[in-house]
Amino acid sequence: MIGVGKIKQYSNVLDKPLSKGKQEVSLSAFAFLFSELVQYNQTQVDNIAELERRLEDAGYAVGARVLELLCHRDKGNRRETRLLGILSFVHSTVWKVLFGKVADSLEKGTEHEDEYMISEKELLVNRFISIPKDMGTFNCGAFVAGIVRGVLDSAGFPAVVTAHFVPVEGQQRPRTTILIKFAEEVLTSFSLIVTLFL
Amino acid sequence: MDTNDSLRVASLWHSMHAISQQLSPTTGCSGIELLEADTFDLHCFQSLTGTKFFVVCEPGTQHMESLLKVIYELYTDYVLKNPFYEMEMPIRCELFDINLSQAVQKDRVAMLGR
Repeated sequence: MIGVGKIKQYSNVLDKPLSKGKQEVSLSAFAFLFSELVQYNQTQVDNIAELERRLEDAGYAVGARVLELLCHRDKGNRRETRLLGILSFVHSTVWKVLFGKVADSLEKGTEHEDEYMISEKELLVNRFISIPKDMGTFNCGAFVAGIVRGVLDSAGFPAVVTAHFVPVEGQQRPRTTILIKFAEEVLTSFSLIVTLFL
Repeated sequence: MDTNDSLRVASLWHSMHAISQQLSPTTGCSGIELLEADTFDLHCFQSLTGTKFFVVCEPGTQHMESLLKVIYELYTDYVLKNPFYEMEMPIRCELFDINLSQAVQKDRVAMLGR
């Protein structure tokens, strides 16, 4: 930050305190930037699965950095060791910082033990995007799925995260669900810790 | 009205608009804003970039300018921010259609109330 009225001069940029940052960013600016990101990736790939993977990779980078920043700012450099802890961290803190509100709901999957779902009526990144019919089930929310995967991976809970449209009766637009499927080792280590304490 | 017909009408209007700009006896004319005929009125709004929005309505309908401005806002939101829209192509954005019909509906209801 050059030129802003500084009270103290820091010789080394690493000594400067981390600022809280601007709390608000123009939604239109972000929408145009995200649209350009999608368009750029579309020119580089041949099929939709590849496009989704690229968007997810972009989100992964964001997620890893967001975890570091939030751990320092909001949690006083403590790290989450429990599954539910990290899930509620993603559901509330990460969502609040990135999208200005907490996610609509966090649910545990009924079919499998290792599946959790974060639902949102409409993802912020999808607000102005209409998917053409010939793209099938493609969801630009893959970017957000990548962010979640980045946060979970960097926190030590490897998972496969995907974004899906779930049609809702009575509503024209389907709601979006981020499906989190944890890797084997996460659940075994979790149950190991539980058995150790029993 | 299918795509070809609407393309034909739009290109016809574009040419008429451009010709009227040249023909106008006053200086600094920016083109036709209102066309009044026996059975319809045509209101036209031109953005700063030259994109024209026109609405055909019953003769004597009020407040079409504000409707056109609302439509312009919807265009910038749901069409220009859509990564799957190519410039100059016919608009096939679901969100734009939904919000457009909502805006027209709201306008119709407001007018019936007056």
